[in-house]
Amino acid sequence: MMAKAPPYPLMIGPIHPALKEPTMFKFTLEGERVIDVDLQPGFNHRGIEYLGMKRNPLQVLHLAERVCGICSGAHQFVFARVVEHAADIVSTERADYLRVLVAELERIHSHLLWAGVAGHELGFDSILYYTWKVREDVQDILELICGNRVNYSYYIFGGVRRDVTPEAVEKARKILQGYRKLEDTVLNVFLTDPTIAHRTRDVGTLTYDNAIKLCACGPLTRSAGVKKDVRFSQPHAAYGDMMGDFKAVIPSDYGYPNKGDVFSQIVVRLFEVFESVRMCDWILDNLPGGPITSEPNLSALLMAKLRMAEGEAVARVEAPRGEDIHYVRLKKGKMELDSWKVRVPTYGNIMSWLTMFKGAQIADIPIIIASIDPCIGCMDRVTIIDSETGRERDVHVDEIKSMARRAERGWK
Amino acid sequence: MNAASCNGCDIEIVAALTPRYDVERFGIKLVGTPRHADVLLVTGPVNTQMADRVRRIYEQTPGPKAVLICGLICGNCGSSSGVYYDSYCIQGPFDEFIKKVDPDAIIVYVPGCPVRPEAIIMGVVEAWKALEKMRGEA
Repeated sequence: MMAKAPPYPLMIGPIHPALKEPTMFKFTLEGERVIDVDLQPGFNHRGIEYLGMKRNPLQVLHLAERVCGICSGAHQFVFARVVEHAADIVSTERADYLRVLVAELERIHSHLLWAGVAGHELGFDSILYYTWKVREDVQDILELICGNRVNYSYYIFGGVRRDVTPEAVEKARKILQGYRKLEDTVLNVFLTDPTIAHRTRDVGTLTYDNAIKLCACGPLTRSAGVKKDVRFSQPHAAYGDMMGDFKAVIPSDYGYPNKGDVFSQIVVRLFEVFESVRMCDWILDNLPGGPITSEPNLSALLMAKLRMAEGEAVARVEAPRGEDIHYVRLKKGKMELDSWKVRVPTYGNIMSWLTMFKGAQIADIPIIIASIDPCIGCMDRVTIIDSETGRERDVHVDEIKSMARRAERGWK
Repeated sequence: MNAASCNGCDIEIVAALTPRYDVERFGIKLVGTPRHADVLLVTGPVNTQMADRVRRIYEQTPGPKAVLICGLICGNCGSSSGVYYDSYCIQGPFDEFIKKVDPDAIIVYVPGCPVRPEAIIMGVVEAWKALEKMRGEA
């Protein structure tokens, strides 16, 4: 029998050793070359926004951090901020600084985690073990400050849950000092190694125009030279105070081309790690005094402020993976959230895969998948289920628009 | 295996493999396919999309089932579905789900949200004990 003529289909997923999380890719190949790719998400859908509308804001605070276990702090940070905006609560100055401290520590852990995973996907396991060994130190600081290694439960409406002790500050400083000493070694390992350069330079390229056209965000878009970083373009919490000392990291500022390939992403993430280390030091140096929350009584916060609040708000925060946007609507007298929408960074970034995969080799698929630092757990949130047959189906955007127009007029 | 988890447990599993905790010194090794596995490590509640895949992966893990397979459940999701307990798309918790597939499955619980790497090592020790006990009775 004759072999089937090209193009060949290739399915990867939903469970595959190259994927950290369940999702599915449909590649179209011509020999070793990828000519097209389609993505079928939805395997990690847990109905979080639906659950949020059944619980009160204090409960949703814990649900929000479980949108994603890696950038859990960022989700809780932005959820705390969006409810504060909607209910007119303000956080204290010390809390703002501590919030940024934990957000930056999380960025260090997340980027080091990514660097290790990228090394693993390249077949360079020594790097995985090295970066994860380095990463354990920042986990120690997070555990010291928040009490837990991964889901911190640190943010609360009006402030933060725990204060830092002088001993914790002392220990954190020592560990951050250790990171500064490691800076040259880590950069040397990643940026001068011929194996890494060979596997990542000009692989999975995202051009400047495509980064803007496809609304990419986070380190991915900065690697293409787009200066898009919510921390500096819309400074929130303590970021406004540190604007003069820090800026968004793009490769050309450090002597590397803004190519948008996997190598440029390594450059952005590694320099961001050490930028974040300096930010943490800056915060520990400039930490103001005062209370850590504007409303320490939780039941008063819940009953008087959140239940009686009426309004809607949008807030955004720069998560390690990019811009994280939450929308919340609160109704007076109603304990539960009236509406909650989460737009996670990976959702903005997946479309970039379509152009990044074009012309890539099969062997480069794992590293290109890993390069945008996908968080499928964050992303999978829309499934349309036909109530009559109980089956899921694809819905065209026009159909949703027409359904929305009909619903608005009260039609069925 | 990730059955719709939030990644929290998954990164702690990787942390357990890497130098600080280094489970390989105890002879615990990560393999690329369920067909090579003796112990199945499951994170997350089971959602509708993953239910059939979870069942198939459990069945792909080689037998004799009663002796070699341990459903090592990570985190609170596996035992109670955790924070997602009342969602419309959750078929789990995993322990109830897998008992429907195989009533004799050996299940070891590792509680925590997320679990700590030390707890994962402890869970493997517990799974080991369960296997030894089963072998002694056989």
